Amino acid sequence: MSAVPGDLKYTKDHEWIRIESDGAIAIGITDHAQHQLGELVFVELPEPGRSLREGEPCAVVESVKAASDVYAPVAGTVIAVNTALAGEPNLVNASPYDTGWLLRLQPQPGALAGLLDASAYQQLVDAAD
Amino acid sequence: MVPFGGWDMPLHYGSQLDEHHTVRRDAGMFDVSHMTVVDIAGAGAGAYLRHLLANDVARLASGQALYSCMLNERGGVVDDLIVYRRGADAATPYRLVVNAATRDKDLRWLAAQAAGQSVTLAPRPDLVLLALQGPKARALAAALLPQALREPAAALRPFHAVEDGTVFVAGTGYTGEDGFEVMIPATDAVRWWEALRAAGFAPCGLGARDTLRLEAGMNLYGQDMDEDSSPLVSGLAWTVAWEPADRDFVGRQALERERAAGPAARLAGLLLAAGGGVMRRGQRVVTAAGEGIITSGGFGPTLNRSVALARVPAAAQGVCQVDIRGALRPARLVRPPFARQGRVLVVDGN
Repeated sequence: MSAVPGDLKYTKDHEWIRIESDGAIAIGITDHAQHQLGELVFVELPEPGRSLREGEPCAVVESVKAASDVYAPVAGTVIAVNTALAGEPNLVNASPYDTGWLLRLQPQPGALAGLLDASAYQQLVDAAD
Repeated sequence: MVPFGGWDMPLHYGSQLDEHHTVRRDAGMFDVSHMTVVDIAGAGAGAYLRHLLANDVARLASGQALYSCMLNERGGVVDDLIVYRRGADAATPYRLVVNAATRDKDLRWLAAQAAGQSVTLAPRPDLVLLALQGPKARALAAALLPQALREPAAALRPFHAVEDGTVFVAGTGYTGEDGFEVMIPATDAVRWWEALRAAGFAPCGLGARDTLRLEAGMNLYGQDMDEDSSPLVSGLAWTVAWEPADRDFVGRQALERERAAGPAARLAGLLLAAGGGVMRRGQRVVTAAGEGIITSGGFGPTLNRSVALARVPAAAQGVCQVDIRGALRPARLVRPPFARQGRVLVVDGN
């Protein structure tokens, strides 16, 4: 069983989004996604300051098995990336919703409307299993 | 679990990375019973193998093993294998271990080459093959062996084998570490597995087997060589016994023509610069001497860096670039192996 925390938003591409008190968002991949990928050995993250369109590939996660793109769930500007992943990519496996976060974005106004809530994402995962 | 050569096999038993490190540092065990064992007997067995194989079994004394390719007439590799020359009191003088994915093709090829000769071929699906690998494997396994094998196994050198009754112990493997490959009756397999596990062997899956052999610079049939590539372009020229010059083995003429002309390509090792990602099979390699292609690639846990084998133009050397998902990443051609005996063997020049 994959964990799907109720306080996060999600995308159909198995990313999670945490809306923070300052209006910025943190982004990572879900427990289901890390489990499907297997043990991560490399994470490539965007440069802070970069502007992203919704759906644009913005990070790469490589596991022992394969490489996967991570897509910007919403349009916005990169304000921080998780530099700890350069040395410890397996933080994404061990703690996908916490220390395994990928990047923080300052989203464009109104960009968050199309995201899935936890129950909608849970249904999507259940259908995939 | 993943399908592999008609078998369902575990990719890992929990963590592929942990299993890899366990074999480099400690002791791991692999159930490699998918490998095809064929016993060879008959008055013509030696002559048959000297014609079948590119390496020469005449080099083998009793209790020795040899790695070899068997070739088609074009010099392409039908399969790679290990041939054991057994002791005088063994039931058959030779034992072959070939790949699982090529089983049916190999058995047809072995039978076709045996036509009209005094040779009998006996596949041994009744045997289980366990690879016990790692710096502590030999010591941990010794106590579990039959009394008569303990001393000879403790002193066993690489590419030698000893057997007693139904237990066959070889100093071979596919990881670059010390250890044994043990063949036992399938009916004893569960008992052995449980005893080995209790003795401290960690079960390891196909994933770690692949990264260990890749770091050790060992080829995987179907990826690094196949029926359309010769040993000369696959890093396996050292396995071809050219002498004696009058030994006629299958593929010799084609191989001699290729050698005389100079092989157009070679199999090289590739070390990716830090931060470049992970090299994968099929990616393009750009060198000053032309382009090549990755035949096996992945993350090397011992190096904490991506490593690969690639077929590149024969003249290619030194720095190059690898096309990883559309981006050219700096890499360097090196001589495999990357790691063996628990140690990294390539120097990081980046």
